[in-house]
Amino acid sequence: MSLDKETVRRIAFLARLDVPDDQLDPLAGELSGILNWIEQLGEVDTADVAPMTSVAEMTLPWRDDVVTDGGYPERVTSNAPDRHDGFYLVPKVVE
Amino acid sequence: MTTLTDLTIAEARKGLDAKEFTAAELTEAHLAAMETHADLNAYITPTPERAREMAAASDARIAKGEAGAMEGIPIAMKDLFCTDGTRTTAGSNILGTFVPPYESTVSTNLWNAGAVLLGKANLDEFAMGSSNETSAFGNVVNPWTRTDQPERKLVPGGSSGGSASAVAARIAMGATGTDTGGSIRQPASFCGITGLKPTYGRCSRWGIVAFASSLDQAGPMARTVEDVALMLGAMAGHDPKDSTSAPIAVPDFAAAIEQGVAGLKVGIPKEYRPEEGFSPEIDAIWTRGMEMLRDAGAETVDISLPHTKYALAAYYIVAPAEASSNLARYDGVRYGLRVVEDGDSLNDMYCKTRGAGFGAEVKRRILIGTYALSAGYYDAYYLKAQKVRALIARDFKTAFDSGVDVILTPTTPSAAFGLDEEITDPVTMYLNDVFTVPTSLAGLPGLSVPVALTEAGLPQGLQLIGRPFDEDTVLRAGRALEKAAAFTAKPRLLEG
Repeated sequence: MSLDKETVRRIAFLARLDVPDDQLDPLAGELSGILNWIEQLGEVDTADVAPMTSVAEMTLPWRDDVVTDGGYPERVTSNAPDRHDGFYLVPKVVE
Repeated sequence: MTTLTDLTIAEARKGLDAKEFTAAELTEAHLAAMETHADLNAYITPTPERAREMAAASDARIAKGEAGAMEGIPIAMKDLFCTDGTRTTAGSNILGTFVPPYESTVSTNLWNAGAVLLGKANLDEFAMGSSNETSAFGNVVNPWTRTDQPERKLVPGGSSGGSASAVAARIAMGATGTDTGGSIRQPASFCGITGLKPTYGRCSRWGIVAFASSLDQAGPMARTVEDVALMLGAMAGHDPKDSTSAPIAVPDFAAAIEQGVAGLKVGIPKEYRPEEGFSPEIDAIWTRGMEMLRDAGAETVDISLPHTKYALAAYYIVAPAEASSNLARYDGVRYGLRVVEDGDSLNDMYCKTRGAGFGAEVKRRILIGTYALSAGYYDAYYLKAQKVRALIARDFKTAFDSGVDVILTPTTPSAAFGLDEEITDPVTMYLNDVFTVPTSLAGLPGLSVPVALTEAGLPQGLQLIGRPFDEDTVLRAGRALEKAAAFTAKPRLLEG
């Protein structure tokens, strides 16, 4: 599998990552190298194998669906780059 | 005072209880050593004030006869564990100013047991790396050097490189690490210390900056098997805030380590002898390890883990896929870096923030993960990798079901390499983890114990792999190996 520049540009936007134009080609080369190496998984017969969905063989614990924490918006938002009255502020989304 | 830093955790605990020295003295000795060896760059954020306060509190508890299992023991905390009020960076610019308003469960457990925080240890950015060279806060230096090139600086391994370097250089008695594909065991081997990745679910992941959630596991790094067992006892336990942390009792790990290995069946997997890049020297150290365990009364049996060679490729789909999802949270909205200019849209802000905040390796993995999870490729990559992962886990289960108690392998295919080697091919770097990744994919406990020095005078570890939640047997076998190997060599840095 070989990725071209446009595919890298598309993935980068899906991942919301700014990638300067001059880095698209080198990245396409690196990512293609990794993907080509991963192609070896095709050698493994997995026709009758269920994908691993949980690491430990255990039943996840249940708990009551109740609020157990909270009530301190100042602490929660203390690291926000921009905030107001317990809310996060972002650039205008809707004109 | 300098000799205080040479004590093991177990020895220091005895000395503190016997009032031979105080926790304050023990901490001061380490703070002084940290300054002496600041060039190693093992710490991103030293916390001397907090250390002194915690040590004073420890002395008060010792005086009242209320000492915990880690009382007064100064440790380094990998800068991936959130510490309330102390900056936590994950080795990334995107979290460069992040001060968590909460404390991780594992660090809380350690403080409750009386441990003292010396500082936050350096690491590869978001724990993604095998040499600590991806940290936004600079490389960490391994305190060991080659005897034939004493001036050449070597990497400590990664991602828990700061933790490993600090413990080896005696500027921490122990350190926390996290291990996703080898990030505790590989640096432990490179720095000549002992490191354990516990079973997935043994320690809570709550409050640890997430990399790959189905693989990440916190574990102890220290200079002896006993110390690792002591630390693990303090770190482990079920946590309602992490539903994947196992609701099972925490045994007294340290109590079991002297039980010996008589009658144990030690599996030797033939697939851990790759054709390329495997040093014959390390093969010989592995063979000596087998002899040591046989001399101690264990039986070695040849086993096969047929899907081993596919583990790395499966890992480099699963881990980046989970990382791309976990790291979506760094968007410049709630914490961390924000890069935005007047007139920018929300998408502009996301893209600029993430483009500026993440380093090259993290970006590579986010892109691989995003691609593997994107429409039309999910089945071909992620699903396929999870199927191969199931086969790798089945290989281990088959071996253990056949009566094998523990598996012995090398920890790494080579000893520590030079900071100047500049390994630019990502796949070559990934091969460092060829022996540790299978264990991670299967969620099993893996312990690295330093066993010998290579011809160049560098430490090399062997890895012991156990059944799920059977850290006891892994530690017992590790202790037997440790006794037989009698590894007492110290980094040249400390020999003055």
